[in-house]
Amino acid sequence: MQAHDGAPKIGVYICHCGLNIAGKIDVEQVVAFAATLPNVAVARDYRFMCSDPGQDLIRQDIDDGLVNRVVVASCSPLMHEATFRRATAAGGISPFFFQMASIREHVSWVTADQQDATEKAKALVAAAVRRVALHEPLERRQSPVLPDAMVVGAGIAGIHAALTMANAGKHVYLIERESTIGGHMARFDKTFPTLDCAACILTPKMSEVRANPNITLWTYADVVSVEGYTGNFTVRVRRRPRYVDEDLCTGCLACIDACINKKAKVPDEWNEGLSKRKPIYIPFPQATPPVVVVDPETCIWFKTGKCPRPCIDACERDAFDFEQQERIEEVKVGAIVLATGFKEFDATRIPAYGYGRYPNVYTSVEVERLVNATGPTQGEIVLRDGTRPQTVGIIHCVGSRDERYNAYCSRVCCMYSLKLAHLIRERSGAEVYDFYIDMRTAGKGYEEFYDKLMQEGTHFVRGRVAGVTDEATTPEEEGKLIVRAEDTLLGAARRIPVDMVVLAVGLEPQPDAQDVRRLFNIGCGAEGFFTERHPKLAPVSTFTDGIFLAGACQGPKDIPDSVAQAGAAAAEVLAMVDRGMVELEPSTAFIDPAACSGCRTCVGLCPFAAITFDHDRNVAEVNEVVCKGCGICVGACPTGAAQQHLFTDEEIFNEIEGVLAYV
Amino acid sequence: MSEPDETFEPRIVAFFCNWCTYTAADLAGISRMTYAPNVRVVRLMCSGRLDPQFVLAALRDGADGVLIGGCHPGDCHYQLGNYNAQRRVLLLKRMLRAMGIEDERVRLEWISAAEGEKVQRVCNEMTEQVRALGPLHLAAVPRREAS
Amino acid sequence: MTYAYFPGCSMRGTGRAYEESLLAVFEKVGASLEELEDWNCCGASAWTSVDRTQAVALSARNLAIAERGAAAGTPVDLMAPCAGCYRALLKTQHAFEERGAVAEKVDAALATVGLRYDRTVRVRHPIDVLIDDVGLERVAEAVTRPLEGVKVACYYGCLLVRPNAPFDDPHDPTSMDRLIEAVGAEPVDWPLKTRCCGASCYSSSPFGPVQEATLELSYEILRDAKRRGADAIATACPLCQFNLEGFQPRMARAFGERIDLTVGFITQFLGLAMGIDERRLGVRRMMRWHLPEPGSKPQPVAAGGGAHASA
Repeated sequence: MQAHDGAPKIGVYICHCGLNIAGKIDVEQVVAFAATLPNVAVARDYRFMCSDPGQDLIRQDIDDGLVNRVVVASCSPLMHEATFRRATAAGGISPFFFQMASIREHVSWVTADQQDATEKAKALVAAAVRRVALHEPLERRQSPVLPDAMVVGAGIAGIHAALTMANAGKHVYLIERESTIGGHMARFDKTFPTLDCAACILTPKMSEVRANPNITLWTYADVVSVEGYTGNFTVRVRRRPRYVDEDLCTGCLACIDACINKKAKVPDEWNEGLSKRKPIYIPFPQATPPVVVVDPETCIWFKTGKCPRPCIDACERDAFDFEQQERIEEVKVGAIVLATGFKEFDATRIPAYGYGRYPNVYTSVEVERLVNATGPTQGEIVLRDGTRPQTVGIIHCVGSRDERYNAYCSRVCCMYSLKLAHLIRERSGAEVYDFYIDMRTAGKGYEEFYDKLMQEGTHFVRGRVAGVTDEATTPEEEGKLIVRAEDTLLGAARRIPVDMVVLAVGLEPQPDAQDVRRLFNIGCGAEGFFTERHPKLAPVSTFTDGIFLAGACQGPKDIPDSVAQAGAAAAEVLAMVDRGMVELEPSTAFIDPAACSGCRTCVGLCPFAAITFDHDRNVAEVNEVVCKGCGICVGACPTGAAQQHLFTDEEIFNEIEGVLAYV
Repeated sequence: MSEPDETFEPRIVAFFCNWCTYTAADLAGISRMTYAPNVRVVRLMCSGRLDPQFVLAALRDGADGVLIGGCHPGDCHYQLGNYNAQRRVLLLKRMLRAMGIEDERVRLEWISAAEGEKVQRVCNEMTEQVRALGPLHLAAVPRREAS
Repeated sequence: MTYAYFPGCSMRGTGRAYEESLLAVFEKVGASLEELEDWNCCGASAWTSVDRTQAVALSARNLAIAERGAAAGTPVDLMAPCAGCYRALLKTQHAFEERGAVAEKVDAALATVGLRYDRTVRVRHPIDVLIDDVGLERVAEAVTRPLEGVKVACYYGCLLVRPNAPFDDPHDPTSMDRLIEAVGAEPVDWPLKTRCCGASCYSSSPFGPVQEATLELSYEILRDAKRRGADAIATACPLCQFNLEGFQPRMARAFGERIDLTVGFITQFLGLAMGIDERRLGVRRMMRWHLPEPGSKPQPVAAGGGAHASA
């Protein structure tokens, strides 16, 4: 890179961006104006600056010695700053001899009057020109990327991401909060639209995870802290005690039979409370790892200290350890994939639908367990009293597409409602009524599935359900649940008596999503799902380099999309790890020891503890590697000793002057 | 500066943090939300970078108002930057009041990356408020030499 | 505890028994009511749909007068027993909290009659006051004749708690039920407690499809309460009480089923349990009043005046 080379010769390039800019801003006027600004050697315009010929303009001017500083007035720097820095570097000078003016997102797209837009564009160009004259030839530092990766959450997305990376030879820590991996998918019976058995396609992957030598699987574990930076994360994981040694337990389940509680009494979370378990349990037969869990809240030994503990005797492997403590493991990884999934909408929030009031109103999750052969009713669809329903009503959009709860569409509910409609009819012969607003069946094979359900004789009522009631107004309604809905296609209000109501509850972020995202220093959107870096072009990255997203934690989606996204996240991680290093942005803070008075104001302000105080020299010092470039210390420094590369006081003062002095 | 008249167009300098407010302004652009052209944005990585001198320099250099945009409390990309911004702006405003500069000329807003609509609303609102106040007349001071 | 008291027109009309029982009960629990001087219509009618500003101005006059009575700056609690008045006054209070154009115009209108409103009024309802200020314990303490075994279905109607109420859940309200429980009676859990009764539609003449529909709405409510074993329905709105009590003979003719359910005001039930004389509770004004004797088999309680329903 060339060092400071005398007076700045600024090249200003105004982009038309087709008509996006040129349609509102008088580009020629801006070019003419730019040419009058101090130190401007060249002022050009071009239709698409980000294209190859556009970038070549820059490169050529630098090559020809006409220009040694570059200003591009075009879209947002968040869009193409990297592109134009590369073009600048291609010309042979530091990529940081570059400044961008956003005259599209901030001007042409938001300003009504053409003259106003042109004037504003000129002001922003002037600001950039005045600023770039002071830029230093910064260089990006390289930092090594540690070779291991971590995946947090072992549902289908986490499993797929972990396997992809492990099979590429990387060592992966897979962390799962529940005692088994598999996530929501492990609880389904069949998946849409193919009606594949969920367990049949998932359990092989679960076994693979366990068998893969490159995966370290920690279940019943969660992340407690994340420190460090891209490529170099130090993560502390808490492994909660099961009171059973994972390495010794073979999952024979003899202990469960032997438990002093002869009858199961604890509501079984796996079956949504529809059945009971004992204090010692395994969530389901194919749980991975196949290790039992002792629940200290309900185990007599933990509650009273008085139990002969027949479980210990029943265990041939001597695997019990009632003294087991939680362990904190600390690992260092280069990149992390978050695949923490979703939670269902709580149907008690809509009292009008009767969930919790009428026993035969179920949520879709509960019905998933009913239809499952390993569920509380061995796959039979029955009411609470054990009889088969003759009519079933399925209510779509419970908690979704609703301003009072969640405005968004949860994407999968129409399809899973159709699936349940099919399975319910198949298992019980019941007539099924689907109450929907719109049918969202956009995926591959989805519309055909909908068609099949129509052929099968499912009744579809297009209309919002007002409520579910047991108030009967005719003899036919006695003893039934009546679904009151508007049938918009008939233009009438209808009362449809059914035996069972299924609420298609929507998808929401996990209840601790805010805590989790703060742990990893990423953002959440307004609905609470993790925010991707760019909705179209970077759907698996986040604003924190090295942290990636996969699956429903980023937004409601079905299994194919979750798997695809998990593969994408894995690819991003592999790219980082294989490259072996990341380039850190050079916009870090630094302290001029000559100007530092030793007041130590900055030291305590740094959120990342990047500033230390040298007691011998009585000056503060910034650790460049740890510094993340926020500038808090710079804003606080009373003498101006602390500055930030690329955001020095002088550069910003000049930018301010520039934005006001000419227009 | 010209004397107050009906065609007075205020000039407002805005300091937006990269992660939230600047992104929200981009979102407003992508969504084609039209708003007053009077706000000129200077991009900072974090509202915590804001040195009170920036606000003073802007007012001295001819701005009629200054808008500072950062992430909502608790959401700062760098954890604590916005809290620092808040404290500095509060103290600065006391000083400005003593100098006779009206409160509405300096405004601190928390705008998250999803709130494009808020950028539009705040820019429009502030433009009208400052327009009603009229141009800021500060006594002429010797200009710094442009470096 | 003192409350500014806004009776509203029905308290002096069909809802006389509501006011009588309300005053008696409040006296018993030690809360005093001061009727608002020169109060006017609350604007609960359809006027809000025609011209919101005028409707708010009409209603706001009451708020301004209420404020006048209190020391400057102290918040004033204005209690309105009729659910319609309560909702109308509450909406007016909120309109001022919005600080929009409506509030500005209304301020100007009030100024022309020498009034001003400083936004210190809190609109309350007797149920809200009894639960949050007086407290269920105090209510229970005042009971001398608990209504044991009397099953009361509490009917909230639509205006009291919907779309929002500071003192109860709009979808599943329980405040009246808790009061009923506190006086020893048994609240009935029933799904139609917030279902529309038809409001003023029935009263408009001539009789036609609208009246038919509202008759049916009220009938469904009564029938469901009866099915669930209610001995009586308690209401907090003079119009609800009117609709549910007044047309039972007509319903019997139209739908072929006699309902014969007692429909009273919540304060009447509370008053009975507090040992207050029936006459002070306006029982004689009711068209029918049959309650089971507390603690024993149901027996008709003699009610004077009003003709009984003839099938």
